[in-house]
Amino acid sequence: MQVYRGVSTPRMRIYGTILLAIVLACAFGPYFTGYGINEIHWDYVDHPPSFSEGFPLGTDSNGRDLLTRILHGGRISLTVALAATLVSLMIGVMYGAISGYIGGITDEVMMRVVDMLYCLPFIFFVILLAVLFGRSVVVVFIAIGAVEWLDIARIVRGQVLSLKHKEFVDSARVLGVPAGKIVRRHILPNLAGIIIVYTTLTVPRIILLESALGYLGLGVQEPMASWGVLVADGARVMDTAPWILFFPAAALTLTVFCLNVLGDGLRDYFDPKTK
Amino acid sequence: MLRHMLRRSLFAIPTLFGVITLSFLLMRIAPGGPFTSERPLLPTVQAAIEAKYGLNDPIYIQLINYWAGLIQGDLGPSLVKRGWTASSLIEAGLPVSLELGMWAILVSLIVGIPAGAYSALHPGSLVDRSLMSVSVVGIAVPNFVLAPVLVYIFSITFSLLPVGGWGGGSYANKILPVASLSLPLAGYLARLLRSSMIEVLAADFIRTAIAKGVSIHRILFVHALKPSLIPVASFMGPAMAGVLTGSVVIERVFAIPGIGTTFIDGAVNRDYFVVLGALVVYATLLIVLNLVVDLAYAVLDPRVQMD
Repeated sequence: MQVYRGVSTPRMRIYGTILLAIVLACAFGPYFTGYGINEIHWDYVDHPPSFSEGFPLGTDSNGRDLLTRILHGGRISLTVALAATLVSLMIGVMYGAISGYIGGITDEVMMRVVDMLYCLPFIFFVILLAVLFGRSVVVVFIAIGAVEWLDIARIVRGQVLSLKHKEFVDSARVLGVPAGKIVRRHILPNLAGIIIVYTTLTVPRIILLESALGYLGLGVQEPMASWGVLVADGARVMDTAPWILFFPAAALTLTVFCLNVLGDGLRDYFDPKTK
Repeated sequence: MLRHMLRRSLFAIPTLFGVITLSFLLMRIAPGGPFTSERPLLPTVQAAIEAKYGLNDPIYIQLINYWAGLIQGDLGPSLVKRGWTASSLIEAGLPVSLELGMWAILVSLIVGIPAGAYSALHPGSLVDRSLMSVSVVGIAVPNFVLAPVLVYIFSITFSLLPVGGWGGGSYANKILPVASLSLPLAGYLARLLRSSMIEVLAADFIRTAIAKGVSIHRILFVHALKPSLIPVASFMGPAMAGVLTGSVVIERVFAIPGIGTTFIDGAVNRDYFVVLGALVVYATLLIVLNLVVDLAYAVLDPRVQMD
């Protein structure tokens, strides 16, 4: 409750509400638009937005309702981003906590490995994985999640290093609590704030990464379409039907923007120094 | 300092080794190959071609052969494009991508640093607030959205600039790709510099300089700018990497024949040696960039001690 009050500035409330609206619209909207994701209307190809005709955001080049496609695209983009963030969180938190808590030579080796991985051209690995192992949602999010854990591993390690010599940890150790339990019960709960901040800032990064893949034609495949794919489709026909580009682009940008604002606000709350 | 650099460079060798081995194995366990097409070849013909390129040797022999070639500067043949080698494809694409990246970084520095410095000097002013709003938008709009929108405005609506292509490197062809790459970067730089400079301007040594009667320009450009640039320098490493990799998408949008295009085409066609070659080039670039940023860091911040 106290955290909520601290975080809840007007700015946060506005963008939080917008984000919630987008998420709810994507979750439940497709049931109410009256069209299927792949429902084709040959009489309405590239039809401009029109409420009276029943296509509030127009139709795409295959005569499909754009609003329905954007909402479905949002489901995919948001789900992939969340799932990939969770994967990267799990790897990163475990890796960082183990490295920081054990310390010594183990820590040295584990962190050198992270340094090394930082030198890898990551997006190329994601592209490579997406090209080589088919273009399914699962591959995409595993690929992204597996390469996005480095930052959180470093952050968690740093925090664990500073926490592990605190009195309450020492006393737990003296009482004979096993190392695994100390990390789980006494150290990780103290990292909740940082992990929340990191999650809110990683989700938009992954949305963008996934959309870039989609744009390159390496993301999920037809008839499914993430926002990146919709932007790419729109870019192809923008000279005759600009709305097919603008509406998905706006949805993507607005979502990323809201998430960034929320993430920054949370960071200011949990770590006022970086303001 | 020299020792530090040397150690970092030595560190690059296992990294490169890891990159190449990993991607080599990934490519080989993936389904499909460079010679699988719609019209399958006769099995004997396919076997003959694979034997020619050594593709049916045991995988560790292939890896060793590849390494042996790499050390001698031979990146191998292109398996898909006749008459090309991996190096000739990369030599064709790399200068284009590098030029694009250089321009993008240059433009974002030229735009971002003055904007950030001005905002820091006049916080809360109208100019500051509008600059910061623009930069927020610049950061939030992904470049593969910005690029088509710019094309829509400048190429389609007003017909001022070419829609795409490289045009042999003419300036008109570069404006939109460079703008799409540098706007987010410039926005980030401006915000970063603004916050660090506000902090520096409040420091004691600036007050002392003012009290001594040092001219305002000298304070700004000599005393304040250098320490303010420290966070900017540490941001530039990942940023330059981002420009290099971000240009993959931009190259696609504008149909620019850079190394990103080479990489993606190679990956799609399973052109093993071209993909590996492009990865080697990218990884090397990233390592060099990280070294440069380390150096800049040490020059800007005398507190950084490098053993």
